[in-house]
Amino acid sequence: MPRSSRRVVITGSGPLTAFGLGMAPLWDALEAGRTGIGPIETMDASGFPCAAWAAVPAPAFDVRQIVPKSYRKATKVMARDIELAVGAAHAAVTAAGLVTKGTAEGAAPTIAPARVGCHIGAGLIPADAAELAAALHTSRDAEGNFDIGEWGRAGMQNLTPLWLLKYLPNMLACHVTIIHDCQGPSNTITCAEPSGALSIGESMRVIGRGDADACLSGGAESKLNTMGMLRQHFAGRLAAVPPGTSASDAAARVRPFAPDACGTVLGEAGAILVLEAMESAAARGANATVELAGFGASQCACVDTVGVDLSASGPDIAAAIESALADAGIAARDVDAIVPLGMGHAPTDAAEAAAMREAFGDRLASIPLVTLTPMLGACGAGASALAVIVAAECIARQKLPARLSTARSGELGLDADACPSRSAELRTVLALSTGLGGQNAAVVLRRTS
Amino acid sequence: MSVRIVVTGMGWVTPLGHDLDTVWGKLMRGASGMAPITRFDARTFPTTFAAEVKDFDVSSFVKDMSAHTGAALNSRFALGAASQAWRQAGLHERPARDARRVGIYLGAGEGVIDTLNYVATNLKGWNAETGQIDGKLWAEAGLRLMDAVREIEQEPNMPLAHIAREFGVRGPAYNCLTACAASTQAIGEAFSILRRGDADVMIAGGAHTMIHMLGITGFNRLTALSTSSGDPSRASRPFDLTRDGFVMGEGSGMLILETLEHAQARGAEPIAEVVGYGSSADAYRITDIQPEGRGAAAAMEQALRMAGIDPHARRSDGRAPIDYISAHGTGTKENDSIETLAVKRVFGDLAKSIPMSSVKSMLGHLIAAAGAVEFITCVLAIRHGMLPPTINYGTPDPELDLDYVPNSARPAKVDVCLSNSFGFGGQNDTVVVTRFRP
Repeated sequence: MPRSSRRVVITGSGPLTAFGLGMAPLWDALEAGRTGIGPIETMDASGFPCAAWAAVPAPAFDVRQIVPKSYRKATKVMARDIELAVGAAHAAVTAAGLVTKGTAEGAAPTIAPARVGCHIGAGLIPADAAELAAALHTSRDAEGNFDIGEWGRAGMQNLTPLWLLKYLPNMLACHVTIIHDCQGPSNTITCAEPSGALSIGESMRVIGRGDADACLSGGAESKLNTMGMLRQHFAGRLAAVPPGTSASDAAARVRPFAPDACGTVLGEAGAILVLEAMESAAARGANATVELAGFGASQCACVDTVGVDLSASGPDIAAAIESALADAGIAARDVDAIVPLGMGHAPTDAAEAAAMREAFGDRLASIPLVTLTPMLGACGAGASALAVIVAAECIARQKLPARLSTARSGELGLDADACPSRSAELRTVLALSTGLGGQNAAVVLRRTS
Repeated sequence: MSVRIVVTGMGWVTPLGHDLDTVWGKLMRGASGMAPITRFDARTFPTTFAAEVKDFDVSSFVKDMSAHTGAALNSRFALGAASQAWRQAGLHERPARDARRVGIYLGAGEGVIDTLNYVATNLKGWNAETGQIDGKLWAEAGLRLMDAVREIEQEPNMPLAHIAREFGVRGPAYNCLTACAASTQAIGEAFSILRRGDADVMIAGGAHTMIHMLGITGFNRLTALSTSSGDPSRASRPFDLTRDGFVMGEGSGMLILETLEHAQARGAEPIAEVVGYGSSADAYRITDIQPEGRGAAAAMEQALRMAGIDPHARRSDGRAPIDYISAHGTGTKENDSIETLAVKRVFGDLAKSIPMSSVKSMLGHLIAAAGAVEFITCVLAIRHGMLPPTINYGTPDPELDLDYVPNSARPAKVDVCLSNSFGFGGQNDTVVVTRFRP
């Protein structure tokens, strides 16, 4: 079987989460076991079954402050998802110590633009409801009903000409490639939660086969809007969190891999990494303690048409794990920890648990699972890239984050109960994701040296 | 010697029909799929016409329609096209060795918005005094008016989920949505996965429709659509001086790509061979194409390099390095100028001896699905020794001086084709396909 000859390392991680921009605030919170979930404050959420989410706090992130001055005008046509991607990419490039057009306009870039690719997974971005409603409102008949004739004649003129470009999924990568001048291979994978990890896998292959020397890679999404809430509720994934529930009580409802798991709470995140060919990272003296050693992808046989109920799909998800282990040239016994999706949505968790059981057998009970959702919320297309970022950081620090909320996971043969952060010897960590629609991705991360 | 990747099956659902032969016959006659929009009342819109898929019923293509209840129109197109391709590849009779090594890579668009209920929800949820959404009112309306399945079916990975379900696919599975470049990219990435040995068979292609109120609204606001008055069949005029935008199409194109070894082992006939793929980003502006065609040229050069084709050298029999370019050719001022420039940049003096046409003149722009449908026209051009025309070419643009195969299909010896797709946001993808020689 031909395999990629070039090894790929992580030289920068850019998380943008409920704890703010960059790795330091994220790791502090994960280590301390704080939650980013809290009551929804920016709208009256009492009509929705879940009145909490994990938002990136406004003071911690202003996209206008991180783009080059010459690009500030373009921030007006960025949906929230695009802002998150732009923020995360900035953090990743900065952490990697790369000079790009976006970090130092006019300076010579560290890597030639044609050799830098960009793969950013994205979700289905809904139009801003207020902006659309204000325009629709101008086109009503005498009874107050929408009048499509008037909309065609005049009403649509109330939308900004670039309206559509705020919401195309590939605009995440588009803005990032413009800001940082990445002219190499680029893609936008839209497979719900695994999108970020699938994008990271694709970057690995692109660098591996020599089509780029570096890639900005990961995912970003915000479902913290009316359509995002509605669709996730329709998918049966949200925990019931009544208005007035405290942040800690809301986080306590999100119980990944617990026998009484009862749904998830939404979050938003950008999660982008700088991936580089090991040889070129070494040549520029970049700090690279973690290698992407293996990648695998697979598709579930879905029970229902739309892939919400994945409970019978354990073996199919396991196929992604097994491909990733084989790609890394390691055995199941070599895995020291796993960062799964772990949404707290029982059927999805059950599918992931079945997959891990199939891949790791009885040893699974002693492999720590790193569960992020009680702290960060369910971050859609950003989730699996966030899992990769956290897996890498665990290896770099030789430490496991704290866990919240879950109890009695041992009954399911899993190690996922709430506990404080602790030191651990971590050579190899697996990041795993399945998601709505039934695509699966597994990434094996390994300590270099 | 790298692994050889062949096409063993093809299928499409287009505004000119739903099977390979019918549509090819119409393309050869220069037929047009454009007509007034029927999906919604567009009579007052700046653009009132589109290329809609007509008389299509997916239930005649799938094994059991109950497995696809609620499928959105894009998923239905996808199932129709994929079923044709699956059957042509003979996978129903001579199955793949291992379902875990059959994958899918689609460049499919999102499902159609539930327009009326979505509009009503947003109106009911809007507080005109504050200019803000009232979350509580919005939630009450949304929960009452909108339908769960219809909302979830809008996720862009749903065509993929439906195809996986229909054919029991378990291998690597992806959907990319890079605007108008998506399905060319999907073909290129599926090709890459096969070459690396990560699958034996890949279903690759795209499916999309944006012929709905907010889709047409979005492109009208961008002034990307033709607003020609008069006969809709004359509206799409790629490379013509009077071109004024693209015409929205819809549909799906699907391929079965396979390693040659796997195809031969199960006795499948290779129809063509994929030999090159290139992808690049303009990294220029969100609204404009890089004016020198830098990104488009980079994608073409990369694909040709992988194919081992020197764009500046004639072949030993004196022919140009390739026989045909399926242009992105949208019919917008900017695209057609810059694509012409990019082709000249890549092929130099030989550019003028390579015919390049746009079937968007007949089929409209299938957005995410365009690339896959155009790839299929390349394979059929090789098979039939005919080049599809660019129709509605009447007034030459003095700056656009390539051979656009004006108005009439043309016989030609066709062995090597290049297919371009460029997306909003500066995404460029190119695939090179050749006649299969054992």
